[in-house]
Amino acid sequence: MKARVKQFIEKFGLPRIIIVGFLIFLSILAAIVEIPFGELIKDSLVRTGMNGVLVLAMVPGILSGVGLNFGLPLGILCGLLGGLISIELNLSGGIGFFAAVLFSIPFAAIVGFGYGWLLNKVKGSEMMVATYVGFSAVSLMSIGWMILPFKSPEMAWPIGKGVRTTISLAGRFDKILNDFATFNIGSITIPTGLILFTLALCGIVWIFLRSKTGVAMKAAGDNPRFAMAAGINVNKHRIIGTILSTILGAIGIIVYSQSFGFLQLYQAPMFMGFAAVAAILIGGATVKKASISNVLIGTFLFQSLLVVALPVANKIMTLGSLAEITRIIVSNGIILYALTQVRGGE
Amino acid sequence: MIDKINDTENQKDNFKEKIKNLLTNHIVTVVFAVLCLIGFKASGLTFSFYLNDIITRISRNAFLVLALIIPVLAGMGLNFAIVLGAMAGQAAIIAVAHWGITGWQGILLCAVIAAPLAIIFGYLTGKLLNNTKGQEMITSLILGFFANGIYQMVFLILVGSIIPMKNEELILSTGVGVRTTIDLTGKLKYGLDDIFKLSFPMFVLLFSVALAIYVIFKYHNNRSLKEFNNKKYKAIGVTSLLLITFSIISMNAAGLFQSFGDSSEIARKILLELIMINNVKVPIVTGVLITLLCLFNIFISKTKIGQDFKSVGQDMHIATVSGINSNKIRVIAIVISTVLAAWGQIIYLQNLGTFSTYGSHEQVGMFAIAALLIGGASVTKATIGQALLGTVLFHTLFIVSPLAGRNLFGDPQLGEFFRAFVAYGVIGLSLGMHAWKQQIQARHKL
Repeated sequence: MKARVKQFIEKFGLPRIIIVGFLIFLSILAAIVEIPFGELIKDSLVRTGMNGVLVLAMVPGILSGVGLNFGLPLGILCGLLGGLISIELNLSGGIGFFAAVLFSIPFAAIVGFGYGWLLNKVKGSEMMVATYVGFSAVSLMSIGWMILPFKSPEMAWPIGKGVRTTISLAGRFDKILNDFATFNIGSITIPTGLILFTLALCGIVWIFLRSKTGVAMKAAGDNPRFAMAAGINVNKHRIIGTILSTILGAIGIIVYSQSFGFLQLYQAPMFMGFAAVAAILIGGATVKKASISNVLIGTFLFQSLLVVALPVANKIMTLGSLAEITRIIVSNGIILYALTQVRGGE
Repeated sequence: MIDKINDTENQKDNFKEKIKNLLTNHIVTVVFAVLCLIGFKASGLTFSFYLNDIITRISRNAFLVLALIIPVLAGMGLNFAIVLGAMAGQAAIIAVAHWGITGWQGILLCAVIAAPLAIIFGYLTGKLLNNTKGQEMITSLILGFFANGIYQMVFLILVGSIIPMKNEELILSTGVGVRTTIDLTGKLKYGLDDIFKLSFPMFVLLFSVALAIYVIFKYHNNRSLKEFNNKKYKAIGVTSLLLITFSIISMNAAGLFQSFGDSSEIARKILLELIMINNVKVPIVTGVLITLLCLFNIFISKTKIGQDFKSVGQDMHIATVSGINSNKIRVIAIVISTVLAAWGQIIYLQNLGTFSTYGSHEQVGMFAIAALLIGGASVTKATIGQALLGTVLFHTLFIVSPLAGRNLFGDPQLGEFFRAFVAYGVIGLSLGMHAWKQQIQARHKL
């Protein structure tokens, strides 16, 4: 029995057990202080869909061997740019949303190519370099947001230069996916469009990973030397992985924004990469291995934790910051744990 | 004759080579110096104003930057976890502010309380980094973020509810959690800086006289030695004489202004500037502490443990085989760094006077590291000179960039974003260059 428990812990991972335990504990607390459960489940579903694509963006990066993609803000910036162009062209509704996605993809592909090239040059320190590439890109783009010639009155400041810090999507593509074909189960509203869209992208990635290129990419990430011996161009496949990851990041932020109702510019994308990294690690991924199920499980666990923690904290202690503190501790703690597993005990 | 021509040509080549070396090896520093000059010009600041600011900022920050050097020697890269040291320092300051002890006694007590805390944090950090060899920097970076969560938990939720503390000035009106900003005016502010101050010309005078005495002493002792490096001491001697002249002139600038002030526009400007420089004050005690830390760094590199740092830094495997306990040495390096960072943060905050409880420590690591790298340090090599030079350059950019941004683009915010971009960019670039060089070396080995 003891051995079995031990095996279970090893297989499931101690931090994951702690997090699931914590989530269950919070849910019981929520039941005790009588927070409507339907509301919580609805919020969890919405936030899972909202963040799912951003977390999915981690998968190609990890599998192609560049590690956790802390440079996700690069993709996010491309997505935001696409969103702004869509608004500038005065598009709205479903067309506005898909235009934003379409516009952002070429930017993301180009940026992803350059980023992948860079990561090939810095093998062994990808994560550290990526983090700072992300940070500096966000700062550089902050200058960009100030000087890019966007004219639409919804975006530009009435006085001065540049676009606003947050741009409302009301009347554009606010909740366009969330509200598509919704239906109720009891008191729970299911955001069908959001979930379908996320699952569709997961499916595309799943199929890609089983294509010839996908398999070669996984091989390149899994064992670069072996892959090289088998005639696979490792560097090329790492770049493909990075491009894919960047494109998914771009689409991810548009999905996120339409659900959130606002485009957040300037410093906002700075730490978004960290949340996505934490989510996929909670789902059971490691620095070298990740799957679609890791994405879905991890995003759901992480987001539910935050969704449940906030009202519970408010009811018990009237301290709103508890949820934020939980997020910081859980997400960074899990990243630290993953790092100790890379070459632990060497 | 031909020899002579060859000689001059050689010298020319030598000079070219030197310039080339300077440019290739110190490109970051050179670019920075140029940026700072352009920014200074565009900001339209007077020199005396700049001098005043930069002296404040050096005395505030140099200690933190110097705290980074030892882990670099030990091959652990840049210690992004000095944030934990800063937290220890802040915890001590909150405690001392609560007890109401002021002035230098308060600062001393802060240092005493912060040290054991920092030792514990440093020990734990070292243990963690030993588990993540090869990924120390990203681990220490994330550790800083993680610790920030714990720190918020302690000071926002536990203080007042579990840790008993009643103080209307420090605790939020709900009775739980420390206020977001704490004003140290009249308490610990300038606790160190105000002990003893000298005017800038006086400081320069004393400093250069000491330098001159040192040169004479050295010259006297080593006259007979053949390899005695005459050139170096001559240069130092001349510099000190120049500095003495400068300080005497600027001390009497007011008198000179009365007699020469009307002679020409340029003389007028220079003399006015010199009069302003007389008002610039140098905090001597803080300066002495920074000097002591520099000496400590030099001293430790000459002891047994300093040699151990270096051998572990060069090749951990060989060091371990030759009987050095690498893991222990690495933990010691991080502990020293963390304690120094705690003290550095105390020095920083006593000068700043107000501190944001949940924000002051966040960027400590990043700014200190950017400063060190700008000075020309790399992930594997950092010297005291680089740390000091980097502090000067980085903070010059801090002083000039908002004004330059406003004057050049009509928006100070642009300068701020540019500054952030530069800080992050420099770190990213240096880390990237380092990794790239390593990759090339690895390929050569194959």
